[in-house]
Amino acid sequence: MTESTERVGEVIEASTTQFVAECYELYQPPPLGSLVQVGDAGEELLGVVYYATTASLEPGRRPIARGKDEASEEAVYQASPQLEKLLRSEFSALVVGHAEGGKLLQYLPARPARIHSFVYRCPPESVRDFSTSFDFLSLLLSTALPVSVEELVAATLRQMSEAHEDSRVFLVGAGKELATLLSGEYGRLRAILERIVPPK
Amino acid sequence: MTEENINPRLGIVVSGSVDKGTEVRLDSSASVEDMVVGRYVTIEGRQRRFFGMITDISLGVTDSELTVAPPREVDSFLSEVLSGTATYATLHVLPMLTMGIEGSEPVKTVPSHFSTVNLASDTDMELIFGEEDETRFNVGNPLDMETKLCLDLPEFVKRSNGIFGKSGTGKTFLTRILLIGMLQKSKAVNLIFDMHNEYGWEGSTEEGQRKVKALKQLFPDQVAVFTLDEENSRRRGVSTDFVVRIGYDEIEPEDIVLLRQTLNLTEPAVEAVYQLHRRFRGEWIERTLALQDSDEIPEGLNIHESTLKNLQRGLQTIRRLPFIQPHVPTNAVRTMLEYLDRGMNIVLEFGRYRDITAYMLVANMLARRIYAQYQERMERAMGEGLAQPNPLVITIEEAHKFLNREVASQAIFGTIAREMRKYNVSLLVIDQRPSGIDEEVMSQMGTKITCLLDNERDIDSVLAGVAGKNELKSVLSRLAPKRQALIFGHAVPMPVAFQPLEYGSAESYKRFMPAGDTGQRAQKDIEELWN
Ligand SMILES: Nc1ncnc2c1ncn2[C@@H]1O[C@H](COP(=O)(O)OP(=O)(O)O)[C@@H](O)[C@H]1O
Ligand SMILES: [Mg+2]
Repeated sequence: MTESTERVGEVIEASTTQFVAECYELYQPPPLGSLVQVGDAGEELLGVVYYATTASLEPGRRPIARGKDEASEEAVYQASPQLEKLLRSEFSALVVGHAEGGKLLQYLPARPARIHSFVYRCPPESVRDFSTSFDFLSLLLSTALPVSVEELVAATLRQMSEAHEDSRVFLVGAGKELATLLSGEYGRLRAILERIVPPK
Repeated sequence: MTEENINPRLGIVVSGSVDKGTEVRLDSSASVEDMVVGRYVTIEGRQRRFFGMITDISLGVTDSELTVAPPREVDSFLSEVLSGTATYATLHVLPMLTMGIEGSEPVKTVPSHFSTVNLASDTDMELIFGEEDETRFNVGNPLDMETKLCLDLPEFVKRSNGIFGKSGTGKTFLTRILLIGMLQKSKAVNLIFDMHNEYGWEGSTEEGQRKVKALKQLFPDQVAVFTLDEENSRRRGVSTDFVVRIGYDEIEPEDIVLLRQTLNLTEPAVEAVYQLHRRFRGEWIERTLALQDSDEIPEGLNIHESTLKNLQRGLQTIRRLPFIQPHVPTNAVRTMLEYLDRGMNIVLEFGRYRDITAYMLVANMLARRIYAQYQERMERAMGEGLAQPNPLVITIEEAHKFLNREVASQAIFGTIAREMRKYNVSLLVIDQRPSGIDEEVMSQMGTKITCLLDNERDIDSVLAGVAGKNELKSVLSRLAPKRQALIFGHAVPMPVAFQPLEYGSAESYKRFMPAGDTGQRAQKDIEELWN
């Protein structure tokens, strides 16, 4: 794993198809659709961030409004430094692949991630390697999620396209794959394609 | 292999049947607008190679939603993604041949799923349509290809053949090319009933500006021009070999019967012809015309006054033809046979007598007698082991007049077409209304070449009985209005749409000359010809 690899959190819940991680920094989950990895290099699990939340640490206890007399939002936090300790950010990632002996495979791993595994954002070169194949798209498309799958697929492809030199070529290729996967579901296809139109 | 020689891949076979042909999904890398109906493709099946023709091209969508809410801009990201995936093109390909080790044979199966389809290369085409040689003659190029389309002419003339197409599509030009081929390579002699004076000596192109040379100018040693209208031929500067005249006494009842429609003869009038001929023999026309009224009709003949008048009107029309004379010194049929026996090809010009009555009368009369001679000689040749007469090809225009359902059974041309060259005579018929030709006659034709036709019935009659008729129909109806044709039948391994060679320029004449014929004298003649 390279130096530049950014550690973003730690697994606190895991299943075969997804894992939830707590962020080390409040409000700093990796962006929607970004590729993250957990586990040892060469045997890592790969996930796509599909959901993030920030909430009170104690379940059932909601934060209360505190800014009525403050001039700015920033001032609210300055006035109550303990706040940062009472809140936490979490994100969920859908497992879209894993490595076995260094080989990237775009299907579910045999076992879920371990709790307390560190979660890293994948560096651009791993994103590029991973996205040379579009097999993961069918995993994304077939999952029921709290966010719209079309939104997630679009976000993922936008994220990935940044790692590619010619993002248009990448997006056209991905679009064609989607067109095949979603044949007969033009409405869904179009919803995704309209969200990934590359800049001219 | 260089870059250009690599076959451009078009797509893969996705479905099909022997009967209806195969559907080919076009690769998204191939542009649908580059595909044209009539192009040849090869299909690489697992065990064999197929040869087929693109007969239709269609656009499809995987989801009909797409047609309801299409992308807004044509060259947007959306349409780029959709093309070849959710929107795709399919080619309908009619497999026609399979290529085995022993050459090509008609298809009896279909290529397996996902067989690759490539545009046929010139090399592929050459394998099928052959190269020019002793017997094969280049008549043109398959559409959009460099390859030569070559016909095996000795094979071609073994059966009667037809050239069709509406007026102005290039039938005459194509016929000239075929005649040139035949007189070089078929070992047959030609007799051409040249209604519009186009085959013997120079005629003009449609625009009426450029004159195009004809057979005798190109092959003076092999072609003789006979004329029915000496004066007209002389005025046009034609060097004629013989002036054809027909005597009253040479006209027999059968000759009149065939003209029933054009002469407006009633049924009883046709009956009367036989009676009068039996009574008056060789003088029947003059004697019939001399009858003033029914009182003069000889005893024992059962002819009504009105019938007589009807017949007389018809005979008058014939008598008015200047080449019909009471008595003629030289017998045209005998002269023709002499020429044909010497291997000379005869073009009979009609000069100014282009109306259908004259044409039918003369063509029928002469062909009937010549055919009778051939029949007799062939029978003798077979019985006594003598040499057979030269195979003869008779060219007629306006064929539907001779070969329509009513007369085909009686007319000599119907017999020739049906007998399939039993007596060494076959036909080359040229017609713009093939639906008028008797179906049985059409079905006997070995090879058909058709230029553009637009009447549904004509198209149906030309394509009747051909495998892949519907597909060929769409090819046929998309031919250019001039100088493009579809050929199918006996002389070609599979149907092919082609562009006939250019005819009429100096280079074209040069090209039509036999390759070896560059002797000094010939060269000089040729030079004079086009300077
Ligand atoms: N092979 C050809 N070479 C050159 N011109 C041609 C050829 N075929 C057709 N044409 C052009 O098309 C016109 C019509 O052809 P023509 O043979 O007279 O038609 P048709 O006999 O069918 O009425 C000709 O005058 C000529 O200009
Ligand atoms: Mg013509």
